[in-house]
Amino acid sequence: MWVYEKKLQYPVRVSTCNPKLAKFLIEQYGGADGELAAALRYLNQRYSIPDKVIGLLTDIGTEEFAHLEMIATMVYKLTKDATPDQMKAAGLGDHYANHDNALFYHNAAGVPWTATYIQAKGDPIADLYEDIAAEEKARATYQWIINMSDDTDLNDGLRFLREREIIHSQRFREAVEILKEERDKKKFF
Amino acid sequence: MNTLRKTWHPYISPFDPCTPIKVKTYSTPPNLYMGFQPPGLEQFTPMEALRAGTLWKAFYDPWYSPYEKAREGQ
Repeated sequence: MWVYEKKLQYPVRVSTCNPKLAKFLIEQYGGADGELAAALRYLNQRYSIPDKVIGLLTDIGTEEFAHLEMIATMVYKLTKDATPDQMKAAGLGDHYANHDNALFYHNAAGVPWTATYIQAKGDPIADLYEDIAAEEKARATYQWIINMSDDTDLNDGLRFLREREIIHSQRFREAVEILKEERDKKKFF
Repeated sequence: MNTLRKTWHPYISPFDPCTPIKVKTYSTPPNLYMGFQPPGLEQFTPMEALRAGTLWKAFYDPWYSPYEKAREGQ
């Protein structure tokens, strides 16, 4: 069960009407390394992972939904009042034809989200290593979007999200250390 | 850990069509070096932490676009 707080994890400010940027940002919404994929991946892997790290997957999976909501807000604000012509000029003509200005779970190239983006191998180390890789890939995606964006207000929010990816990666790495069960033990190899 | 950005020099062919990028950089964030987080690390104040995205100063590694300044100069 979840308790919903009707506010964003970090304030989202967008200073320009820039549908082009929305086209790039949607990668973090419905892309392979996006927030939706992350949330569903972690919350699903929880069931078959050792008890010690279930709570971590719950916490991080939940936070990913808070990030998803931030990305949604950013995309929505960037395209809210864009005319069909502006959408077309931003390369979002295909999107407009199918969805008007609505959001949809697809990546920057318009490919719809698919469950094949995520995995649950059942092997705790394999699953956690996938999670670490996913966090590093999401971190990199944020870097490339920040590089393309000149909206400083938006970049502020993106920097926050990128920092969270660093922390999540750190916690997954610590989860691996916990499962290795060699921490703080004297090593005789 | 010395830096959180590393650089390398890609090979430049005399026939490269685009203006070559002589130095490429990549990010090596603090989580790569920490291992299991030791106790007693320095913290941000709660208000700073909310803005930074982390409570721990050692993990704070913000990314700024290297192109942003160049664009502003135009």
